[in-house]
Amino acid sequence: MDAILLQVLNGLDKGGAYALIALGLTLIFGTLGVVNFAHGALFMLGAFCAVTLKEILSWEMVTVDPTQQTAWGTPLEIRTPYIEAWFGDAGRFILDYSVPFSILFAIPIMLAIGIVMERGLIKHFYKRPHVEQILVTFGLAIVLQELVKSMFGANPIPQPAPDALSGSADIGALLGFAPNTVVYPYWRMVYLAFSGVVIAGVFAFLQFTTFGMVVRAGMADRETVGLLGIDIDRRFTIVFGLAAVVAGLAGVMYTPILSPDYHMGMDFLVLSFVVVVVGGMGSLGGAVSAGFMLGILQSFASMNEVKSIFPGIDQIIIYLIAVIILLVRPRGLMGRKGVMEG
Amino acid sequence: MVETFKKYSDAILMLVFIAAVLAGPVILEPVGAGYPDLLQKFAIYGIFALGFNILLGLTGYLSFGHAAFLGVGSYTTVWAFKLLSMNPLPALVFSVLTAGLFSLLIGWISLRRTGIYFSILTLAFAQMCYNLAYSVLTPITNGETGLQLSQSDPRILDTAFGRDYGAVLPSSDLFGIEMTGYPGFYFCGVLLIICFYIALRIFRSPFGLMLQGVKSNQNRMNYTGLNTRPYALAAFVISGMYAGLAGGLLAVTDPLAGAERMQWTASGEVVLMTILGGAGTLLGPVIGAGVIKYAENIFSAFNEGTLLSAFSFLPETLQHIAVSVTGLFVGEGWHLTLGVLFMVIVIFLPGGLMEGVNRIINLFRRSTGGGGEGSAQAAPQPAE
Repeated sequence: MDAILLQVLNGLDKGGAYALIALGLTLIFGTLGVVNFAHGALFMLGAFCAVTLKEILSWEMVTVDPTQQTAWGTPLEIRTPYIEAWFGDAGRFILDYSVPFSILFAIPIMLAIGIVMERGLIKHFYKRPHVEQILVTFGLAIVLQELVKSMFGANPIPQPAPDALSGSADIGALLGFAPNTVVYPYWRMVYLAFSGVVIAGVFAFLQFTTFGMVVRAGMADRETVGLLGIDIDRRFTIVFGLAAVVAGLAGVMYTPILSPDYHMGMDFLVLSFVVVVVGGMGSLGGAVSAGFMLGILQSFASMNEVKSIFPGIDQIIIYLIAVIILLVRPRGLMGRKGVMEG
Repeated sequence: MVETFKKYSDAILMLVFIAAVLAGPVILEPVGAGYPDLLQKFAIYGIFALGFNILLGLTGYLSFGHAAFLGVGSYTTVWAFKLLSMNPLPALVFSVLTAGLFSLLIGWISLRRTGIYFSILTLAFAQMCYNLAYSVLTPITNGETGLQLSQSDPRILDTAFGRDYGAVLPSSDLFGIEMTGYPGFYFCGVLLIICFYIALRIFRSPFGLMLQGVKSNQNRMNYTGLNTRPYALAAFVISGMYAGLAGGLLAVTDPLAGAERMQWTASGEVVLMTILGGAGTLLGPVIGAGVIKYAENIFSAFNEGTLLSAFSFLPETLQHIAVSVTGLFVGEGWHLTLGVLFMVIVIFLPGGLMEGVNRIINLFRRSTGGGGEGSAQAAPQPAE
């Protein structure tokens, strides 16, 4: 029982990341009808927003203390980040919490990247076949990934979680199991809560605001909405920006769990596509539930008990599920009729 | 005159192709590509792209999983070297057959869906193969290290014919001719010519026309009472076999097979080659493969020193700016060039280099007043 609980928890945070990326993917697909292979790159760019902010915050001021000497006999250099020197404890706090603060930093950047990408490139591909959309966004993904590689290097850059949140909680003890059986890092809880909030936010935005209503109407019948005198293209551009922000935030908050490197986007992209397909193209609810479901399944498959029965199942479970779903339920779990048929 | 030219155009194309491949070392000498290792790569990836084009160019199905067949071909060849003989012929036969079997299985399942779903299914299968090759199948694939030859391999046929390689690690040879240097290239080149001939026959056959029908309007084909799936499956298997042959040749020239050959970036590369040259044209994919492998060879060899000397005519500050900008695109950053190239081609020239050539020819014809009747129209888009 406690082992099962542990696997469910382990799967949830990965599932949260899948769900967030897949949500953006399917949002773009539902509104613009574009298959965006560069969405993983947006996730990666979000993660590197966190890296950049951390680097900016930790620019150091060098002061020389002539009264003390190092072991080599030179005067001791004291390095303090500027932000700490200027703001004292508040600065130290900001530096410690750089990952959460990166959210504020990443939102405008990702929004801008998303809008530029849509206006500059994707716009020209609405009328072209899906194959060409796939190819051009695939090329863009390579370009973005290589640019990041040339700027930040090929090695993963660890981003520590804030000190207060870097420990683990003994959830098992709280629920009455033996202590130390179900241990769950605080940050993963934060991530889970965060992805829940973002998902709820996106749904609320689409469901309860006028803007969201127009977007949903546009998803259902783009032409009619246009005939009513609404500039649906501009709304959809903003939706693309929003999807980029969602993917970026997923990346920002994921950095303490997985040190970001330039190809993390591609790794997640393939899986997120599978998630979208399993959930059903164009279905937001399907993407979210499939994301969590596949995350949990993946962590179950990596249990030793399961692996001893089906060796290697942890490596292929997600793809296997996707194949089965596509064959028995071509529209995915919650796919709508008429979306991407044929 | 024109009529006779049209009648024999395929034969002429074939002859020109044969001459170009055989004279490859001489023709490509001036651009610095006239050495066997690189030429071999051109030929091998040419075969890979030719086969991929039979699927993408004729039926319009975009597979993101063909690298799996390339990898399967390589593994099979190395195993055939280990178990049977260092002669490449049986090894290649086996790798084509194994890749054919794999593609039959994967294609049979994937072709139940079309469009983006087909792409994702093939991608999923290729990723499965890759992940399995890295983890559980380590006894067969030797995991991260890659499958290698060793002196203690049984090599049943070689032993039966009394060949002994002594205490050195054997290299593949065709009845005593070592598969390195120019013999190696000509071996690959002859296979490329054979593959090109087969592709030509497929393009011109009723079967090829059927596949083109699948591309332009599958629904209409179905409405006429024809089951298109066996045709698409046949195209998938043929292209899988081409990929298996290419993978086998990679292992013949360098008897080592690693799982990274199956990664989906490798599948993306063959897509790029085909698109760059021109999907659906005969020569395009071979040219695309050549251009990409050549560019990879050139660009990735550049380093800061060569760049500095290349820009030495500029004033010093400009020189450093130029070097740091171009430095992004060469050496380690060669993939950036590849990505940019990919985007530029898809955006501006979706028909690939061959379309570009046709456009230029048409422009020339129109300006001289000749009757170029728009022979280079883009392929008709599939109707809904």
